[in-house]
Amino acid sequence: MAAEAAGFTPREARGNKVTRVVSPTISVRQRFKEIWLSRELLVYLVRTEIKVKYKNSVLGLVWSMISPAMTLAIYFIVFQVVLGNHMPNFVIYLFAGLLLWNLFSLGVLTGTGVIVNNAGIVKKVSFPREILALAAVGSACVFFFFQSIVMVIFMIVLHAGPDWTYLPLLVLALITGVVLASALAVLLSSINVYLRDTQHLIEVILTAWFWACPIVYAFQSNIGAKLGGKRDLLWVYFLNPVTPLVLTFQRCIYNKVAPVAYVKGVRTTFAVLPLHGYLWYTMLDVGVLALSVLLFFVALAVFGRLEGNFAEEL
Amino acid sequence: MSDIAVDVRGVSKRFRLAHGRHNSLKERVIHGGRTPHEDFWALKDVSLTAYEGETVGILGRNGSGKSTLLKCICGVLQPTSGEVVVRGKLAGLLELGAGFQQDLTGRENIYLNGSMLGMSKKEVDRVFDAIVDFSELEEFIDGQVKFYSSGMYVRLGFAVAVNVNPDILVVDEVLAVGDERFQRKCIERVKVFQREGRTILLVTHSPDQVRSICDRAVVLSHGDVIFEGVPGEAVRIFREGLLEEEGTLSIPDESPEPHPPTIVPKGTPDVDHPVRVTYVAKSYPRFEEVEYLATGDSLTIGVGYHASIATDDVVFSLELRDADDNCFMRTDTDIMGLRFDLPVGPGLVNFVVDDIPLLDGTFSYSIGILSKGGILYDWREPAGTFAVMSPGKDTGFITMPVRAWLLPPEPEAIAQMAPEELDNLRRLGFGDEDSLRPGA
Repeated sequence: MAAEAAGFTPREARGNKVTRVVSPTISVRQRFKEIWLSRELLVYLVRTEIKVKYKNSVLGLVWSMISPAMTLAIYFIVFQVVLGNHMPNFVIYLFAGLLLWNLFSLGVLTGTGVIVNNAGIVKKVSFPREILALAAVGSACVFFFFQSIVMVIFMIVLHAGPDWTYLPLLVLALITGVVLASALAVLLSSINVYLRDTQHLIEVILTAWFWACPIVYAFQSNIGAKLGGKRDLLWVYFLNPVTPLVLTFQRCIYNKVAPVAYVKGVRTTFAVLPLHGYLWYTMLDVGVLALSVLLFFVALAVFGRLEGNFAEEL
Repeated sequence: MSDIAVDVRGVSKRFRLAHGRHNSLKERVIHGGRTPHEDFWALKDVSLTAYEGETVGILGRNGSGKSTLLKCICGVLQPTSGEVVVRGKLAGLLELGAGFQQDLTGRENIYLNGSMLGMSKKEVDRVFDAIVDFSELEEFIDGQVKFYSSGMYVRLGFAVAVNVNPDILVVDEVLAVGDERFQRKCIERVKVFQREGRTILLVTHSPDQVRSICDRAVVLSHGDVIFEGVPGEAVRIFREGLLEEEGTLSIPDESPEPHPPTIVPKGTPDVDHPVRVTYVAKSYPRFEEVEYLATGDSLTIGVGYHASIATDDVVFSLELRDADDNCFMRTDTDIMGLRFDLPVGPGLVNFVVDDIPLLDGTFSYSIGILSKGGILYDWREPAGTFAVMSPGKDTGFITMPVRAWLLPPEPEAIAQMAPEELDNLRRLGFGDEDSLRPGA
């Protein structure tokens, strides 16, 4: 791949010219190649999106931390103060789940509208259009990075250390989340060109999806214990591919499966995370990754089919 | 010249002309997922080859499929069937500054746009100064693009595109933007590209550009290639098509509107207007077949008159005007040294212009009948128009035979020349030093 990329520099191209074929269909392999060749453009687009988003705002990128912090504060107040949830270090638990969810939902949401919103470029300039959707996920990754910094600060302040052994799994879950978000962004961005409802529909779906993930409530006490009984309907809950990723994040960052705390002087055990080990997480994450990669291929194929008429539909 | 740079193989492109688009789910459901539409083939099995180092012009009326073809070549649109094979790096100038982000500065946009056109950061770094220099935007380069004037915008767009170092440059009518000086600069740049052996595909509305820049030209009409060949011929065919379809240039020659002839009963003497124009007609070679004459053809303008009183010393005048109504030639029969003493009755005077030197354009002619003393009896203004098409490569307004030859230096200079310089001189064909002027 690297050699092919190097062959694209003009000096060499003058001698050994790149041949490009514009035809009704482009193979998925060819699409991958073109995306790879345009990786630098991806970086520029991500940078542009972030720059444009916070241009002329005084706080700039700080906003990318303020708005999730606000969400966090609200959930914290509602669940811990108003509803009286006494889970220890609830902020960290919330943050761990939100971190991944924000990455995923922001990537999918902005990615969906990206072709329509960049109609001017899509109609006039030739480049692999998937890049636009990927750039949306890319900028979500940048925001993820900034939010992670905030979370690290929280963890230091609250003396809550992560489970370092789960760090490789966290990275795996992160990659899986990015691939899944990219796949959906590419798929939905192309559908949205023909069916503008997609944009609104996905907003609604994401809202429901959020509550289908164990982010603001504890998995084990609320879901695992109830669905996992005799009838064993837990698999239904795990049809949500984001669930394992969120759980992995929480397992690593929150680092407490069943914390014990004194609530009004009574020793109470909080069943937070599933009572499974490393292997369980690994298998789930790898499974979701495989699914995501498959979905990404499907998305590229669908995108390729729909791409042909973008310029006239926009 | 041997390698093919752009190969368009049987490309067709269908557009669906939807009768009211159904972009929302509700509408789709109501219409059972079908959108009522009509098929429109913007391109019908178009094949086109551009060899390396060649400049190919694409001519066509609005809606003939030129832009669709370019978009397919650039890969912005995918053809419905057929394929385009492009060898080498292609930069498309479909719209200048199309990829610009309003909120970014000129500098940031150069990098973004360059990247979109397939350049790496290092490559942009290398040509950055050249881009800024070419666009003449040194002072504004760190200002946001949204504050640029449209001229500045276009300049930056062109500067980026020509500096991406493409093997193939695809230009869609963008040379028609900017002020005249910048336009010239762009065309100069295009010519440099040609000298460097790059391939250029050019869509333009200016037949002059096709004639002066292109090696070959293609005429598109309703999605079909109707001609492919030398530029002069292509321009002729393009013009012919224009005339045929629009028909606006063929103003009726007889009884032009501005001066409807007052009906003078024959034989009734009219002292103020003893001689009146009855009709004006034109003729040129192949008058029956085509609605234009070629440069170098002869043009005959006939003036029919009727004299109600026998009048001596009648002068017929002819004026030629260009499209902007500037009179560029006026003559009359008196200047020609002719004396017409007209008896009562009808008659005809023919003006013949041999060897029309005019290049492309539509011109009008006016006719006047007056006394030698300058009293106007009658006139037609304009009496009619004629269109000229030049088959040659000259551009401008008129053409004249021009000769040129190479001269050896002055004998004194030759005397002081080094032997190798003398060799060069011989190579130029100046066999012996005494010959001053080769057979000119």
